Amino acid sequence: MELTVNGAKTYCYTGGKAFDAAKPTVVMIHGVLNDHSVWILQSRYLAHHGWNVLAVDLPGHGRSAGEAPETVEQAADFITALLDAAGVPRAALVGHSWGSLIALEAAARLKDRVSHLVLVGTAYPMKVSPALLDASLNQPEQALKMINVFSRSTLAAPPSALGPGTWVYGASLALGRRVLRSNSKVNVFHRGFQACDRYANGEQAITQISCPVLFLLGGQDQMTSPKAAQGLISKAREAGKTVQVASLPVGHHQMTEAPEETLFAVRDFLRR
Amino acid sequence: MPGYSDPGFDTLALHAGAAPDPATGARAVPIHLTTSFVFESSDHAASLFNLERPGHVYSRISNPTNAVFEQRMAALEGGIGAIAVASGQAALHLAIATLMGAGSHIVASTALYGGSQNLLHYTLRRFGIETTFVKPGDIDGWRAAVRPNTKLFFGETVGNPGLDVLDIPTVSAIAHEAGVPLLVDSTLTSPWLIKPFEHGADLVYHSATKFLSGHGTVIGGVVVDGGSFDWDASGRFPELSQAYDGFHNMVFTEESTVGAFLLRARREGLRDFGACMSPHTAWLILQGLETLPLRMARHMSNTEKVVAFLASQPFVSRVGHPLLDSHPSHALAQKLLPRGAGSVFSFDIKGNREQGKAFIEALKLFSHLANVGDCRSLVIHPASTTHFRMSDGALAGAGISQGTIRLSIGLEDPDDLIDDLKRALKAAEKAGA
Repeated sequence: MELTVNGAKTYCYTGGKAFDAAKPTVVMIHGVLNDHSVWILQSRYLAHHGWNVLAVDLPGHGRSAGEAPETVEQAADFITALLDAAGVPRAALVGHSWGSLIALEAAARLKDRVSHLVLVGTAYPMKVSPALLDASLNQPEQALKMINVFSRSTLAAPPSALGPGTWVYGASLALGRRVLRSNSKVNVFHRGFQACDRYANGEQAITQISCPVLFLLGGQDQMTSPKAAQGLISKAREAGKTVQVASLPVGHHQMTEAPEETLFAVRDFLRR
Repeated sequence: MPGYSDPGFDTLALHAGAAPDPATGARAVPIHLTTSFVFESSDHAASLFNLERPGHVYSRISNPTNAVFEQRMAALEGGIGAIAVASGQAALHLAIATLMGAGSHIVASTALYGGSQNLLHYTLRRFGIETTFVKPGDIDGWRAAVRPNTKLFFGETVGNPGLDVLDIPTVSAIAHEAGVPLLVDSTLTSPWLIKPFEHGADLVYHSATKFLSGHGTVIGGVVVDGGSFDWDASGRFPELSQAYDGFHNMVFTEESTVGAFLLRARREGLRDFGACMSPHTAWLILQGLETLPLRMARHMSNTEKVVAFLASQPFVSRVGHPLLDSHPSHALAQKLLPRGAGSVFSFDIKGNREQGKAFIEALKLFSHLANVGDCRSLVIHPASTTHFRMSDGALAGAGISQGTIRLSIGLEDPDDLIDDLKRALKAAEKAGA
């Protein structure tokens, strides 16, 4: 499905079902160098089980035009504009990695317009090492291999996004290369990492959300270690938010390394 | 960062796609000999059919043992995923049938396995798919052969049996300029010698019957997707970029940014054409795959010795291996295949057809049969067997003469192989006296 958001063509995968404003909506937000396709299984399931799904390609990524966001705050503004463009009064936000920060910031701004917040593979602060930041700009292929190695925890992933026979290491590399190539003006790899690294409003934002929040973490995640989410979890609890924490025995790409467990955790949380 | 998170080729050959079985603790990959898999509920069944949840339904479409083989091959090739099929020919057919229908056109190398040549030249023509054949080294020829309906470039990493090395970087660049993917048959090289994706190929397939297995016990094939070709940008593949009412109106390129080919190949190709691999076969191929690096190293060292021996024999008029300066692909092989250009090659003896027969019949260790890539050394006379349907002109185009003998060098003691060849050469000489 294509929408015009802030004057730019914006692509949202709807999980194989037509958008229906009468249903509750879930917006799925990808991370750095990813696109909507990282959510294929989860989005397709939700779309066929009562939800509208908008698995978006962020501006300047994949099938979406527009300027790639330079900050988490800009990306959060885009999510607000996306809901407006789609005519969605209220939605659940599910974000992975960088997308989790965008979802968090958007939830803080949208308050009651957000029904549920799911932060998959999150950390705060989400600092990126200077070496990786530099490599993402000057040696993106090398940096892509580095993050792929850090993101994965198994050589034997279960049947995944493309079905049985998917080699998730290779699929992640290919997707990263494709998304990087999709924007000829901006290195969205470096820009996305910079946005993660510079985001400083996480603790404030978590106190401002008006919905329950699920932290869905990877026990073996080397990109956003579960430890690095504990501060945000504590802050949410201190602020009296309804907090649920789930840990899966996988790395940073929960959606492909544990597609079923990720789906069930999100599905069950959205039923609350 | 070598190690568990960033494993090398030899580690992947043993571990990619497989972990100890969570149900039983079995360390080796179990053989899942079952046609079908129980659904947890009606909703689970519907979700599996509708690609909402991952898993197996029916072993024609997917199977856990096959999936290990598929993941492992994708890992070794540097691809995103793979599909195991009944044979190498089934792999080629699956790739073609996924990408095109009647009215389409292929540009292919002249230096192909005879079965592939048959499929393209005769069989597919009957189904409305035409092929233009181009000598693999004729770079201008590849470019000139492109038509508005061209859907695929196709060649072998090293042509069978002349070992013309395909200039994958150059040919793939021409293909990509035209918005067409390059499919490469890497059967004779295996990923240990070359990973075609690293040089620009988009799809790779193997007859897994050969080096991947090594043991010569089963027939199988596999097609691997590099995930690099942009089917949308090409504009030539409505099969992948437009809604397909044969499968939930799915737009495969929207469903998966990098895996559209694999989605359609499995969901349509295996479902409808049905050329699936038996899980038992997948398991046997996995047994071979585990030792692929060790075997390929030995294949290559034995080949070097046999090539050197044959090149020194006065009764041998030509040895067609890129190891030799005299081979037209010598320089390209040095660049693309630094570990060697394979252990299947041909040579000509200075004799007539009867002397050729005498040579083959005098061999004791080399087995006379129609296969290559076995752990045992093999021999065949292409003009009367694998390529017998080809005209003299087509044979010449593939670098084959009536006196050409093809060898597949195995893993025996190299001195024993040389002794066997020495004796057969003497017998051939005598037959002409």
